[in-house]
Amino acid sequence: MALNVPRFWTRAVEASVLVVAICFSLGATTPASRMNTLSHQLMCQCGCAQLLGECDHVGCPDRDKELSELTTNMAAGLADQQIMDAFVAKYGATVLAAPTTKGFDLVAWIAPFAVFAAALLGTILLIRRWGGLGIERRAHAAGAVAQPADPAEQERLDRVRRETARDDGF
Amino acid sequence: MATFGSFCLLIALVLAAYNLFAGAVALRLIATGQSARISPERLADTARRAGIAGFVAVTGAAFALIWSVFTNDFSITYILEHSNRALPIPYKFAALWSGQEGSLLLWAWLLGTYGFVLRLTHKTDVKLYAYAGTILSGIQVFFLSVLVFAAPPFALLPGYVAGGALPADGNGLNPLLQYPEMVIHPPMLYLGYVGFSVPFAFALGALMMRYPGEKWIRITRVWTMVTWLFLTCGIFLGMHWAYAVLGWGGYWGWDPVENASFMPWLTGTAFLHSVMMQERKGMMKSWNVWLIFSTFLLTMLGTLLTRAGLVSSVHAFAQSSIGTWFVVCMGIVLAVCIFTYILQRGHLKTEHHMESLVSRESSFLFNNLVLLTACFVILWGTLFPIISEYVQGTKVTVGAPFYNRVAVPIGLFLVFLTGVGPLLPWRATSFKAIKRNFVLPVIALWVTVIVCLAVGVRPWKDGSLDTGSFYAVVAFAVAAAVLTAIIAEFLRGAGVISRQTNRNLFAATWLLTRRNTRRYGGYIIHIGVVVVVIGLAGSAFNRSIESEMGLHSAMAIGPYTLTCMGFTQDSNQNFNSDYAVLDVSQGGKRVFQLTPERRFYLASGQPQTMVAIHSVPEWDLYVVYEGTNPDTGQPIIKAFLNPLVGWIWFGLVIIVFGTFVALVPSLTPATAALRVPATKPAPMTPALKGGD
Repeated sequence: MALNVPRFWTRAVEASVLVVAICFSLGATTPASRMNTLSHQLMCQCGCAQLLGECDHVGCPDRDKELSELTTNMAAGLADQQIMDAFVAKYGATVLAAPTTKGFDLVAWIAPFAVFAAALLGTILLIRRWGGLGIERRAHAAGAVAQPADPAEQERLDRVRRETARDDGF
Repeated sequence: MATFGSFCLLIALVLAAYNLFAGAVALRLIATGQSARISPERLADTARRAGIAGFVAVTGAAFALIWSVFTNDFSITYILEHSNRALPIPYKFAALWSGQEGSLLLWAWLLGTYGFVLRLTHKTDVKLYAYAGTILSGIQVFFLSVLVFAAPPFALLPGYVAGGALPADGNGLNPLLQYPEMVIHPPMLYLGYVGFSVPFAFALGALMMRYPGEKWIRITRVWTMVTWLFLTCGIFLGMHWAYAVLGWGGYWGWDPVENASFMPWLTGTAFLHSVMMQERKGMMKSWNVWLIFSTFLLTMLGTLLTRAGLVSSVHAFAQSSIGTWFVVCMGIVLAVCIFTYILQRGHLKTEHHMESLVSRESSFLFNNLVLLTACFVILWGTLFPIISEYVQGTKVTVGAPFYNRVAVPIGLFLVFLTGVGPLLPWRATSFKAIKRNFVLPVIALWVTVIVCLAVGVRPWKDGSLDTGSFYAVVAFAVAAAVLTAIIAEFLRGAGVISRQTNRNLFAATWLLTRRNTRRYGGYIIHIGVVVVVIGLAGSAFNRSIESEMGLHSAMAIGPYTLTCMGFTQDSNQNFNSDYAVLDVSQGGKRVFQLTPERRFYLASGQPQTMVAIHSVPEWDLYVVYEGTNPDTGQPIIKAFLNPLVGWIWFGLVIIVFGTFVALVPSLTPATAALRVPATKPAPMTPALKGGD
C-alpha cells in the first residue's frame, strides 16, 4: 500500500517528538553528576571568571572551599534550589553563573526568545503581505498585457525574468 | 624617536582633518553645483592626496614605536610597561598591540593602510571613492585624536622627564601574550575590525550621493569578504590561543571581549548573505545598509568593551578611561547614519518583493533573522550585568550556562538553515521539490541519530538527560543532514556537467566550482562551518582528571595512561621553566611523550602554563602542568581528553579555502559560447569574467 505523503511526514514529526520526549524523561541523577551539574552553575569566587567546576588554579583560595560547601550541602539533603540560595546568601548574586528565573532576572531569559519570536512573526507576516502584493501585481500586469511597455521597463522585467527563471545564484 | 613618533601622529591628524574638511567641502560643491575659487574636483584630489600622505605619517609613527621597542627605549612609558631587553624578537612586534596606546596606533595604521589602497584605486569610481575616502578620514580623525590627546603612545616616563635615571629594564610583555598565536591573532582581528570601516564608508557614501545600490556592493564585495575572512581567522586564532595558553581545556568562555569580536562577525555574515538578494533582486536595500552600519558600530563597541572596562573580562590587558571618547564617537556615527538614512531612504526602495515563505529569498531572510537574533542574544548577555545593576542595584553573572541554553539552540537552527537554504529554488517552491531535495538529508539525519545511540553517544548521562550531550547529538544529526545536502548539490551539478562534457565526476565538480565560484565557494564555506560545529559538539564529551604525580606514578584517561618519567627545569634570559616529562602509553605500549611546562617570567614576575597537546582526529590529549602543591611539594598534573577539537581548526582551513574559491572570478560557462550564432564574428571578450 502506497504511503500517503503528508501522513508520512506527520508521522515522522510525531516520531521525532516521541524520541525527544523519551530522552527527556529518562532516569534519575547520581550524586557525581549532580555535583558536576551544580558546580557548573556556580562561579569560582577567586576572580578568575571561571565556572567553579572548571577553575584550574593551583592553590586557588576559593575553589576547594566552595566545592566542599557544595558537597556538605548535598550531603545535608538540600535541594538544588536551596543549595543555590545558600551560596547566594553567602557570596552574593554573582556566584550564580547565570541569572535566576525570578524577578527582573527572568527578563534575561525571556528577552532573546521574545525578540526572536517577534522578529519571526514580523518576517512571516511581511512575506505573506509581499506575496499578496506580488499576486495583485501579476494580476494587474496580466490585465494590461496589451499596453506597449516602456523599453527600459521591459528590459528590467526581462532581466528579472532571466534571473528568476535560472537557478544559477547562490 | 619619541619626538619623531609624536610629530608623525600630529601631522597625520592634521592631514586626516584636512582630508575630511576639504573632501566634505568638495563633495558638497559637486553635489550642489556651486562654483568656487578652486575647482571642486581639484579640491577633492588634494583631500585624497592628504589621505595618502596621512598613511605615510601614521606608518612613520608605527615605525617609531617598533623602533623604540627594538632599541629598548625605556624613556617611553609604553615601552617600559610592555617590553624588556630579553623579549624574543617576534614578541617585540607583539608589544605594538599589547597595550592600549599601541593597539590604537595599530588600528590607526591599519585604517591608514586600507585608506591608502582605496585612494590609490580611486579611478574605479572617482566620486564614490571620494565619498568613501572622506568618511574614512573622519574615522581616522577620531583615532588619531585619541592617540594625540588621550592615549599618547610616545608619552615619556615622568621620572625621566624630571631628570631621573632610566630604568635598567622594562616590565616585560604580559606572559599570556607570549605565545605564537598572539603575534598574529590581534592583527588579524584588527584587520577584520578595521576592514569593516571600508564597506561602511562605501555604504554611507553611496547613500549620501544616492548611488545605484548594487554598484557599491560590487565594488566592496572583495573588501567585505577579505575583511570577514580576517575576522574569522582572528576569532579562531583567539580560540586556539585560549585553548593552548589558558590551560582550562576550553577555547570559548563567552567572555565579554570574545563576545565583542563575535557580534560584528555575525552581522557581517548576515550582510554577506543578504547583499546577494540586493545584487540579484534589488531587495533588502535598507536592511543591507543598516547591517553594515551595525557591523561597523559593533566593531567600535568591541573596542569600547575591551578598553573601557565596562564589563569584567579576562582580557584586561589594556583597560583605561578612553571609553567616553568611544561613546561620543559611536553617538556621532549613529546620528550621521540615522540622519543620512532618513534623508535618503526614498532611494532605497525595494525593486521586488518576496512571493513565498518557502523560497531561496525567504531562506536568506530567515538566515539573517537568526544571525541577528544570535547577535542580540550575545549583546544582551554581555550587557545584562550592567542593565541588572542599573535596574535592581545588584550585579549578576551571565556566563556559559546562559549562552549554552539560549545561543546554542539558535546556533543549531542556523546550521539547519545552512543546509536548507541552498536547496530551495528562487521565488517559490512546491511540496514535490521539497521532497526531492530533502529526502536524502532527512535520511542522513535519522541515520546519524541511530548511529549515535548505537555507538553510545546518548543524550543522557547517569540516567538523566544531559543537555550538552543532547545538543551534541542534535548537532551531529543536523551536521550530517547539511553535509548530505551540500554534497548532493555538488553531485547534482557535477552529474549534469559530466554527462555534457564526458568528464569524470571529480573533474566535473572542479569545472562546476570554477563556473560559479561564488556559489560553490559559499558551499565549501558552509562545509567548513559544519565541520566546526561537529568539533564544537565534541565538547559535550570532554573528560578530565587531576592528580599529584610523583616519579613513576601514573594516571589513566580514556585509552591513555600517563606515567611520570621525571621533572626538569630550564631557564633563559626571559623565563625559568619547570617541565614534567610524561610517557603516554596506549594498550600497554609507549606511544609518545608529552612535556607540559610551567614558566615563570622574570621581567613581569608572573607564572604561565604551556599546555602539551597531542591531537588526533578523534580527540586531543591535553595536559597541563598546574604547579606544585604547596603542602606536599608534589607537582600537579591535569589531563583532559577533549573529543573532536581538531575538527574546529580543520573547519577553519576549509572556511579559508572556500573564501578563496569565492573570491576567484568565475569561469564563463562553456555553454555560453555555444549560444553565439555561427554567422557572428568570434567574441573578443576574454574567457574570464569578473566576479559573479
